[in-house]
Amino acid sequence: MTEITLEMVRQRAETDAKTNGYYLNPDSKFLRSLLEGLKSNQDRYGYPSCPCRLASGKFDFDRDIICPCDYRDPDVAEFGACYCALYVRNDVHQSKTELKPVPERRPLEKQSRAYSVATAAPETKPVATTNEETKPAGNKLRLWYCKQCGYVVFRYEPPYTCPICKAKKEMFEEIRTHIDLIG
Amino acid sequence: MQFSKVSGQKRQHKVILYALSTCAWCKMTKQFLKDNYVEYEYIDVDLCQEEDKQKIRDHIQSKGGPLSYPTVIIDDNMLITGFRKDKLKEVLGI
Repeated sequence: MTEITLEMVRQRAETDAKTNGYYLNPDSKFLRSLLEGLKSNQDRYGYPSCPCRLASGKFDFDRDIICPCDYRDPDVAEFGACYCALYVRNDVHQSKTELKPVPERRPLEKQSRAYSVATAAPETKPVATTNEETKPAGNKLRLWYCKQCGYVVFRYEPPYTCPICKAKKEMFEEIRTHIDLIG
Repeated sequence: MQFSKVSGQKRQHKVILYALSTCAWCKMTKQFLKDNYVEYEYIDVDLCQEEDKQKIRDHIQSKGGPLSYPTVIIDDNMLITGFRKDKLKEVLGI
């Protein structure tokens, strides 16, 4: 595995902030602390899961909290910052107002996975839990498409918001495929 | 479960801090308590064994708290989630 430096973590976050119209936390000391946390998680898990959330260490369980997490966009929109406050809104970036803790948007069922990894079998544990996800089995990787822009994703469940057009989760629909093996 | 103790002159309350080693808000909470001479014990949950993680989850949930960090439990009956300077000041009298 390639060694990730703190500077690479910073650049990745900066690029993502620019692409999405966000800013990184203006408090340089706090920002460094967050980036170090991301680097630690990258080093120990192999992916940069949110430094302020308990990860399970299992990729499939932590997918939604890999930075930028699935909850960033709605949190920045509502509270001015994401859960860990790495990404902030323009007005927060400019003003000196102190950020308040952002309440956890991640569903409790998902948080719970980090506490009982050994006892939970990743292959059989149902991942989807919210109402709109109960249609099919819920523990299979499926193809989803955004009805607004056509973005397609192969996951257990649709993303919280579409990374392309920012449409809500509810705008995603499953692509049902059927393969016939003949002869 | 191995808690780390940070000594301080203010010992009126029993302060337990559940934190994550990577969390910037948790670091701020640790620093804030230290700067205000509050004696406290903390544990970085992400560095714990699985069985301890489950005990911590049960402890936090038994106090009615969400599984967010930092979580400060004062005198085993007051739970503060997140780095809430105002609340910490109020409860700890600092």
